Amino acid sequence: MNYRTLFPRDMFAELDRLQREMQQAFEWSPSIRGLTRGYPAMNVGSTPRSVEIYAFAPGVDPASIEVQLEQGVLTIAGERKPVEAPEKATVHIDERFSGRFRRVVTLPDDIDPQAVTARYSDGVLHISVQRREAAQPRRISIQ
Amino acid sequence: MNDTTAMAKQADVTREEPALMPPVDVYEDAGGITLYADLPGVPKDRLALEIEADTLTIEGEVALDLPEEGMEPTHAEVSLPRYRRVFTLSKELDSEKVEAEFDQGVLRLRIPKAEHAQPRRIEVKVA
Repeated sequence: MNYRTLFPRDMFAELDRLQREMQQAFEWSPSIRGLTRGYPAMNVGSTPRSVEIYAFAPGVDPASIEVQLEQGVLTIAGERKPVEAPEKATVHIDERFSGRFRRVVTLPDDIDPQAVTARYSDGVLHISVQRREAAQPRRISIQ
Repeated sequence: MNDTTAMAKQADVTREEPALMPPVDVYEDAGGITLYADLPGVPKDRLALEIEADTLTIEGEVALDLPEEGMEPTHAEVSLPRYRRVFTLSKELDSEKVEAEFDQGVLRLRIPKAEHAQPRRIEVKVA
Protein backbone atom coordinates (compact mmCIF):
# COMPACT_ATOMS: atom_id res chain seq x y z
CA MET A 1 0.00 0.00 0.00
CA ASN A 2 1.24 3.40 -0.90
CA TYR A 3 1.18 6.05 1.73
CA ARG A 4 -0.66 9.08 0.50
CA THR A 5 0.37 12.37 1.89
CA LEU A 6 -2.15 14.93 2.89
CA PHE A 7 -0.19 17.56 1.04
CA PRO A 8 0.27 16.41 -2.51
CA ARG A 9 3.40 17.47 -4.34
CA ASP A 10 3.27 19.27 -7.62
CA MET A 11 2.62 17.23 -10.71
CA PHE A 12 6.23 16.94 -11.80
CA ALA A 13 7.27 15.60 -8.45
CA GLU A 14 4.44 13.06 -8.66
CA LEU A 15 5.49 11.96 -12.12
CA ASP A 16 9.01 11.61 -10.89
CA ARG A 17 7.85 9.42 -8.04
CA LEU A 18 5.77 7.32 -10.40
CA GLN A 19 8.71 6.74 -12.66
CA ARG A 20 10.90 5.75 -9.75
CA GLU A 21 8.33 3.29 -8.52
CA MET A 22 7.96 1.76 -11.95
CA GLN A 23 11.70 1.35 -12.18
CA GLN A 24 11.84 -0.36 -8.83
CA ALA A 25 9.03 -2.66 -9.76
CA PHE A 26 10.66 -3.79 -12.99
CA GLU A 27 14.29 -3.69 -12.10
CA TRP A 28 15.70 -7.13 -11.86
CA SER A 29 18.38 -7.22 -9.26
CA PRO A 30 19.74 -10.72 -9.00
CA SER A 31 20.72 -12.18 -5.69
CA ILE A 32 24.42 -12.70 -5.02
CA ARG A 33 23.77 -16.46 -5.21
CA GLY A 34 22.47 -16.11 -8.73
CA LEU A 35 18.91 -16.70 -9.74
CA THR A 36 16.51 -17.22 -6.90
CA ARG A 37 15.16 -20.21 -8.73
CA GLY A 38 17.63 -22.77 -7.58
CA TYR A 39 18.11 -26.45 -8.01
CA PRO A 40 16.21 -28.40 -6.94
CA ALA A 41 12.96 -26.54 -7.56
CA MET A 42 10.65 -26.94 -4.61
CA ASN A 43 6.96 -27.13 -3.90
CA VAL A 44 5.71 -26.99 -0.35
CA GLY A 45 2.22 -27.70 0.89
CA SER A 46 0.51 -28.39 4.13
CA THR A 47 -2.29 -30.53 5.44
CA PRO A 48 -3.77 -30.43 8.94
CA ARG A 49 -1.57 -33.38 9.85
CA SER A 50 1.67 -32.81 7.97
CA VAL A 51 3.92 -30.55 5.93
CA GLU A 52 4.79 -31.91 2.49
CA ILE A 53 7.93 -30.87 0.68
CA TYR A 54 8.63 -31.84 -2.93
CA ALA A 55 12.13 -31.23 -4.25
CA PHE A 56 12.44 -31.67 -8.01
CA ALA A 57 15.89 -33.18 -8.29
CA PRO A 58 16.01 -35.31 -11.44
CA GLY A 59 18.95 -37.53 -12.19
CA VAL A 60 20.48 -37.54 -8.73
CA ASP A 61 21.61 -40.66 -6.92
CA PRO A 62 19.18 -40.80 -3.96
CA ALA A 63 21.97 -42.11 -1.72
CA SER A 64 23.94 -38.93 -2.27
CA ILE A 65 21.15 -36.59 -1.16
CA GLU A 66 21.56 -35.32 2.35
CA VAL A 67 18.38 -34.37 4.16
CA GLN A 68 18.78 -32.74 7.54
CA LEU A 69 16.26 -31.36 9.97
CA GLU A 70 17.66 -29.17 12.67
CA GLN A 71 15.65 -26.84 14.88
CA GLY A 72 12.84 -26.56 12.43
CA VAL A 73 15.09 -25.92 9.45
CA LEU A 74 15.13 -28.51 6.70
CA THR A 75 18.22 -28.68 4.51
CA ILE A 76 18.47 -30.62 1.28
CA ALA A 77 21.97 -30.89 -0.12
CA GLY A 78 23.80 -33.03 -2.62
CA GLU A 79 25.57 -33.09 -5.89
CA ARG A 80 24.45 -33.61 -9.42
CA LYS A 81 27.17 -34.92 -11.62
CA PRO A 82 27.35 -33.49 -15.12
CA VAL A 83 26.59 -35.89 -17.95
CA GLU A 84 29.54 -37.02 -19.98
CA ALA A 85 29.35 -35.39 -23.34
CA PRO A 86 30.35 -37.59 -26.26
CA GLU A 87 33.88 -37.04 -27.39
CA LYS A 88 34.47 -34.15 -29.78
CA ALA A 89 30.89 -33.07 -29.33
CA THR A 90 29.58 -29.60 -29.98
CA VAL A 91 27.43 -28.21 -27.20
CA HIS A 92 24.37 -26.52 -28.68
CA ILE A 93 22.28 -26.03 -25.56
CA ASP A 94 23.49 -26.25 -21.98
CA GLU A 95 20.71 -25.44 -19.53
CA ARG A 96 20.63 -28.29 -17.08
CA PHE A 97 22.08 -27.79 -13.65
CA SER A 98 25.16 -29.64 -12.48
CA GLY A 99 27.29 -29.32 -9.41
CA ARG A 100 26.66 -29.12 -5.70
CA PHE A 101 23.31 -27.87 -4.49
CA ARG A 102 21.80 -26.87 -1.19
CA ARG A 103 18.35 -25.60 -0.35
CA VAL A 104 16.93 -24.67 3.00
CA VAL A 105 13.31 -24.44 4.15
CA THR A 106 12.06 -23.18 7.49
CA LEU A 107 9.25 -25.39 8.73
CA PRO A 108 6.37 -24.38 10.99
CA ASP A 109 6.86 -24.63 14.76
CA ASP A 110 4.40 -27.46 15.31
CA ILE A 111 6.23 -30.18 13.40
CA ASP A 112 7.48 -33.38 14.96
CA PRO A 113 11.16 -33.80 14.04
CA GLN A 114 10.93 -37.52 14.84
CA ALA A 115 8.23 -38.23 12.27
CA VAL A 116 9.85 -37.53 8.93
CA THR A 117 9.75 -39.70 5.85
CA ALA A 118 11.63 -39.13 2.61
CA ARG A 119 11.10 -40.92 -0.67
CA TYR A 120 12.66 -40.44 -4.07
CA SER A 121 10.81 -41.39 -7.22
CA ASP A 122 10.66 -40.12 -10.79
CA GLY A 123 13.31 -37.56 -9.93
CA VAL A 124 11.32 -36.02 -7.10
CA LEU A 125 12.31 -36.16 -3.45
CA HIS A 126 9.16 -36.13 -1.35
CA ILE A 127 9.63 -35.30 2.32
CA SER A 128 6.69 -35.57 4.63
CA VAL A 129 6.94 -34.11 8.13
CA GLN A 130 4.17 -34.87 10.59
CA ARG A 131 2.71 -32.19 12.80
CA ARG A 132 2.48 -32.79 16.54
CA GLU A 133 -0.78 -34.21 17.82
CA ALA A 134 -1.44 -31.30 20.12
CA ALA A 135 -1.22 -28.86 17.28
CA GLN A 136 -3.85 -30.58 15.19
CA PRO A 137 -7.19 -28.86 15.06
CA ARG A 138 -9.71 -30.21 17.50
CA ARG A 139 -13.36 -29.63 17.63
CA ILE A 140 -14.38 -28.15 20.92
CA SER A 141 -17.83 -29.03 22.03
CA ILE A 142 -19.95 -26.37 23.60
CA GLN A 143 -21.45 -27.39 26.91
CA MET B 1 -21.15 -17.42 -40.17
CA ASN B 2 -20.51 -21.12 -40.45
CA ASP B 3 -16.99 -20.52 -41.61
CA THR B 4 -16.06 -18.45 -38.62
CA THR B 5 -17.38 -20.94 -36.10
CA ALA B 6 -15.47 -23.71 -37.83
CA MET B 7 -12.32 -21.68 -37.59
CA ALA B 8 -12.90 -20.87 -33.96
CA LYS B 9 -13.35 -24.54 -33.25
CA GLN B 10 -10.10 -25.40 -34.94
CA ALA B 11 -8.25 -22.74 -33.03
CA ASP B 12 -9.64 -24.22 -29.87
CA VAL B 13 -8.27 -27.64 -30.71
CA THR B 14 -4.79 -26.41 -31.56
CA ARG B 15 -4.52 -24.24 -28.49
CA GLU B 16 -2.38 -26.20 -26.09
CA GLU B 17 -2.58 -26.33 -22.37
CA PRO B 18 -0.04 -24.15 -20.61
CA ALA B 19 3.17 -25.95 -19.74
CA LEU B 20 6.58 -25.43 -18.23
CA MET B 21 9.67 -25.51 -20.39
CA PRO B 22 12.05 -28.22 -19.22
CA PRO B 23 15.76 -27.41 -19.28
CA VAL B 24 17.77 -29.38 -21.85
CA ASP B 25 21.33 -30.10 -22.90
CA VAL B 26 21.99 -30.78 -26.56
CA TYR B 27 25.24 -32.25 -27.85
CA GLU B 28 26.16 -33.00 -31.41
CA ASP B 29 28.89 -35.32 -32.56
CA ALA B 30 29.73 -36.83 -35.92
CA GLY B 31 27.14 -39.59 -35.50
CA GLY B 32 24.16 -37.58 -34.38
CA ILE B 33 22.54 -35.53 -31.67
CA THR B 34 22.12 -36.37 -28.00
CA LEU B 35 19.50 -34.53 -25.99
CA TYR B 36 18.99 -34.60 -22.26
CA ALA B 37 15.88 -33.11 -20.68
CA ASP B 38 14.91 -32.71 -17.03
CA LEU B 39 11.32 -33.79 -16.45
CA PRO B 40 11.09 -34.41 -12.70
CA GLY B 41 7.84 -35.84 -11.40
CA VAL B 42 6.84 -37.43 -14.70
CA PRO B 43 6.26 -41.19 -14.52
CA LYS B 44 7.31 -43.21 -17.56
CA ASP B 45 3.76 -43.72 -18.76
CA ARG B 46 3.00 -39.99 -18.73
CA LEU B 47 5.87 -39.07 -21.02
CA ALA B 48 5.01 -38.49 -24.66
CA LEU B 49 7.57 -38.17 -27.42
CA GLU B 50 6.39 -37.34 -30.87
CA ILE B 51 8.16 -36.76 -34.14
CA GLU B 52 6.01 -35.41 -36.88
CA ALA B 53 7.70 -34.38 -40.10
CA ASP B 54 10.65 -32.41 -38.75
CA THR B 55 9.16 -31.44 -35.39
CA LEU B 56 10.10 -33.17 -32.17
CA THR B 57 7.73 -32.65 -29.26
CA ILE B 58 8.57 -33.67 -25.73
CA GLU B 59 5.64 -33.60 -23.36
CA GLY B 60 5.24 -34.90 -19.85
CA GLU B 61 2.62 -34.78 -17.18
CA VAL B 62 3.62 -34.38 -13.56
CA ALA B 63 2.11 -36.91 -11.14
CA LEU B 64 3.14 -36.40 -7.54
CA ASP B 65 2.09 -38.64 -4.68
CA LEU B 66 -0.07 -36.11 -2.91
CA PRO B 67 -1.55 -36.85 0.51
CA GLU B 68 -4.98 -38.40 0.35
CA GLU B 69 -6.70 -35.81 2.46
CA GLY B 70 -5.68 -33.07 0.04
CA MET B 71 -2.96 -30.51 0.40
CA GLU B 72 -2.95 -26.78 0.52
CA PRO B 73 -0.01 -25.51 -1.51
CA THR B 74 2.00 -22.82 0.25
CA HIS B 75 4.90 -22.43 -2.16
CA ALA B 76 5.19 -23.67 -5.74
CA GLU B 77 8.09 -23.39 -8.12
CA VAL B 78 6.83 -26.14 -10.37
CA SER B 79 3.60 -24.27 -10.84
CA LEU B 80 2.04 -26.25 -13.68
CA PRO B 81 1.53 -29.99 -13.90
CA ARG B 82 2.93 -30.25 -17.42
CA TYR B 83 6.17 -29.87 -19.33
CA ARG B 84 6.43 -29.26 -23.03
CA ARG B 85 9.19 -28.39 -25.43
CA VAL B 86 9.28 -28.46 -29.19
CA PHE B 87 12.34 -28.69 -31.44
CA THR B 88 12.79 -28.54 -35.16
CA LEU B 89 14.98 -31.31 -36.49
CA SER B 90 17.23 -30.78 -39.46
CA LYS B 91 16.95 -32.93 -42.56
CA GLU B 92 20.07 -35.01 -42.08
CA LEU B 93 18.74 -36.51 -38.85
CA ASP B 94 17.17 -39.93 -39.06
CA SER B 95 13.95 -39.69 -37.08
CA GLU B 96 13.25 -43.39 -37.63
CA LYS B 97 16.14 -44.46 -35.47
CA VAL B 98 15.63 -42.35 -32.39
CA GLU B 99 16.54 -44.02 -29.12
CA ALA B 100 15.02 -42.83 -25.86
CA GLU B 101 15.79 -43.61 -22.24
CA PHE B 102 13.93 -42.17 -19.28
CA ASP B 103 15.29 -42.62 -15.80
CA GLN B 104 14.54 -40.71 -12.59
CA GLY B 105 13.11 -37.73 -14.39
CA VAL B 106 15.90 -37.43 -16.95
CA LEU B 107 15.18 -38.12 -20.59
CA ARG B 108 18.00 -39.04 -22.92
CA LEU B 109 17.34 -38.98 -26.64
CA ARG B 110 19.76 -40.08 -29.29
CA ILE B 111 18.94 -38.99 -32.81
CA PRO B 112 21.43 -40.42 -35.29
CA LYS B 113 22.32 -38.79 -38.57
CA ALA B 114 21.14 -40.54 -41.70
CA GLU B 115 23.69 -42.79 -43.41
CA HIS B 116 24.26 -40.43 -46.28
CA ALA B 117 24.85 -37.57 -43.88
CA GLN B 118 27.55 -39.35 -41.91
CA PRO B 119 30.93 -37.81 -42.41
CA ARG B 120 33.25 -39.69 -44.70
CA ARG B 121 36.91 -39.47 -44.61
CA ILE B 122 38.32 -38.56 -47.97
CA GLU B 123 41.77 -39.75 -48.70
CA VAL B 124 44.03 -37.15 -50.11
CA LYS B 125 46.31 -38.67 -52.66
CA VAL B 126 49.63 -37.16 -53.27
CA ALA B 127 50.26 -36.85 -56.92
